[in-house]
Amino acid sequence: MTVRIGIPRGLFYFKFHPLWETFFTELSAEIIISPPTNRRILDEGIKCSVDEACLPVKIFHGHVQYLKDKSDMIFIPRFTSISQNEYVCPKFGGLPDMIRQSIKELPPVIDTEINLRKNPKQLFKAAAEIGRVIGADDRRAARALKAALAAQAAFEKKQAHSVMSEKSAGIFDAYSRSGERVLKIALIGHAYNIFDSYANMNLLERLAKQGIYAVTLEMLEKKAIDENAETLSKRLFWYYGRQVVGGTLHIASMDDIDGIIYVMSFGCGVDSFSCDLASRLVRRKRDIPFTVLTIDEHSGEAGIETRIEAFADLIRRKRAADENNVSASWQCIYNC
Amino acid sequence: MKITFPHLGNVYIIAKALLDDLGLEYVIPPFNNRSALEIGARYAPELACLPLKITIGNLIQAYDQGADTVLMAGGNGPCRFGYYSVMQKEILKDAGYDMDMIALEAPNGDLREFFRRIKRLSNGKGITQVLKIVKSTVDVAVMTDELEKLCFRLRPREAVKGSVERIYKSFRGKILNVKGSMQIKQLIKDTAEELLSIETDSRLVPYKIGIVGEIYTTIETSSSFNIQEKLGAMGAEVHREVTLSGWIIEHMIKKALHLPRDLRYAAAAKPYLGTMIGGHAEETIGNSIIHANDGFDGIIQIYPFSCMPEIVAQSILPKVESDTGIPIMTLIIDEMTGEAGYLTRVEAFMDLLSRRREGKAYCI
Repeated sequence: MTVRIGIPRGLFYFKFHPLWETFFTELSAEIIISPPTNRRILDEGIKCSVDEACLPVKIFHGHVQYLKDKSDMIFIPRFTSISQNEYVCPKFGGLPDMIRQSIKELPPVIDTEINLRKNPKQLFKAAAEIGRVIGADDRRAARALKAALAAQAAFEKKQAHSVMSEKSAGIFDAYSRSGERVLKIALIGHAYNIFDSYANMNLLERLAKQGIYAVTLEMLEKKAIDENAETLSKRLFWYYGRQVVGGTLHIASMDDIDGIIYVMSFGCGVDSFSCDLASRLVRRKRDIPFTVLTIDEHSGEAGIETRIEAFADLIRRKRAADENNVSASWQCIYNC
Repeated sequence: MKITFPHLGNVYIIAKALLDDLGLEYVIPPFNNRSALEIGARYAPELACLPLKITIGNLIQAYDQGADTVLMAGGNGPCRFGYYSVMQKEILKDAGYDMDMIALEAPNGDLREFFRRIKRLSNGKGITQVLKIVKSTVDVAVMTDELEKLCFRLRPREAVKGSVERIYKSFRGKILNVKGSMQIKQLIKDTAEELLSIETDSRLVPYKIGIVGEIYTTIETSSSFNIQEKLGAMGAEVHREVTLSGWIIEHMIKKALHLPRDLRYAAAAKPYLGTMIGGHAEETIGNSIIHANDGFDGIIQIYPFSCMPEIVAQSILPKVESDTGIPIMTLIIDEMTGEAGYLTRVEAFMDLLSRRREGKAYCI
């Protein structure tokens, strides 16, 4: 009988779903993915998590609630580290424990630790361990991982080209056809904030409607991000922290980017430092408009809509005024 | 070079011992008060953890007194503290308080840079002398924490309310007027004698309360409304396993020299929290269990708003509570909290403990 593995559509799902889906499918497991975040999932998540948890973690709780009676096992790996010399964030490291204590009547949880901080090869050990849990021998697991990594690489290559969905692209094309200047804005944030369209209130679509083409971290050259991150006096020890700061500094040297929108979750510890550091360092390098959108479970749509509109407006006016040499002091209202 | 460092409980005593013995010039910021937080909150990012804000306030106050170099501890995450030194340097620079930063760590694993920084601090002294001074400093750390433990033990038992607090407060001020580890050790010994000579009421049986949580808000008690001292006045003997000397010896020295450490808390926490996730989450859970097994009356978890490891610990503590039966209360601190609300909750908690005790008496 095939084992049904529940995969919550939250947190690292947005980054690694081809890897996981391919891996489990290769091992003949049936995968059940929770639906895209909706009102019910968010509410369930808020109800069972501790108040102080950040929005993405609460949403994740909601997804687990959805899956618990529909699957034989739930896949909640313990992500201590996904890159050398870096951690992810304490909540990722303690996630399976948080879930176990907060949600009743859970099926068995696959909570294998992924810790690539000192040894990148640990991934193979972890894959073998997960394979064993669902009854696959180490050789099958290794083969499945190989196929999964190939699928992941293909996905990342596609994302490097553009992250806007076909729907957004459609709105966007219509906009540019009307002749208004299209803006290229860097959209900085964790994958689960950028790509969970319920959590961020359809951000990518809204940006397209304003004639904004979003450039995310996934679309930047990895080498350039690393080189820029190296300029820090002390290495940032969080994966996303380093990506964000390196990415933002790289963007400062990209003349075709008109502005930066930073999307962060209220209460995100890592972002509280990374966002501040990124904005400080980029400001010293270039006078680029920079705004922060903070999302939490209470965000009202009108607020986000207004801020995006105003930001786009500001940039378009600045472009027009720059031709008349007006000072750049307007963006101080919007800089974080 | 005029050195300064942020406040963290009695770390100023330890730093003073070290810097006096090394013969270096330094500035001690004013003892933590509302204004350090107000100043720091103006410049630090809004969602940064409270200790970053207060420490920046300390450093700015020290700058105004002529400091030009900051001495800070380092770290490698995942807790944000490891990056404090960089955030402080950049924030102070932008705010117009540019200071040199000496972080006691090997940045990016660069041991040579670590020794270069130690050399700057050794002020021309040779390695043997520096090691002697470090040993003396660690002794001061241990003795200071023992003194604090003595106060925790005596506060609920004092016959005249406030006697312990008066002596301890005076001690903290007197430290500023002595010089070098020898004189500091002597002052600690004298204060201990003074404390042991106060009148105590042997009829009183204090409640035993374990304090767990984030290191800054539990050691720098002014940041958490001096709750640990006030608990003493309410009849509770406070126990806090996370101490400065503990951190220096277990975390800095033993870890660096690969010596075996006291990891009982990690073993106790294992069924609830699988691994180290940063900060003191493991200690929070492990020590809560150990305290419960030792028959403590209650646990209070204290942490600053948005502290990531403690949020994870907080979500797990209800299970510890239901498994062991020990009452656990969590207090979250940020710059906007009003003292009265906190004290009311602590008083209510003590009421709960007293009713439980009466209940136990009837069950005999």
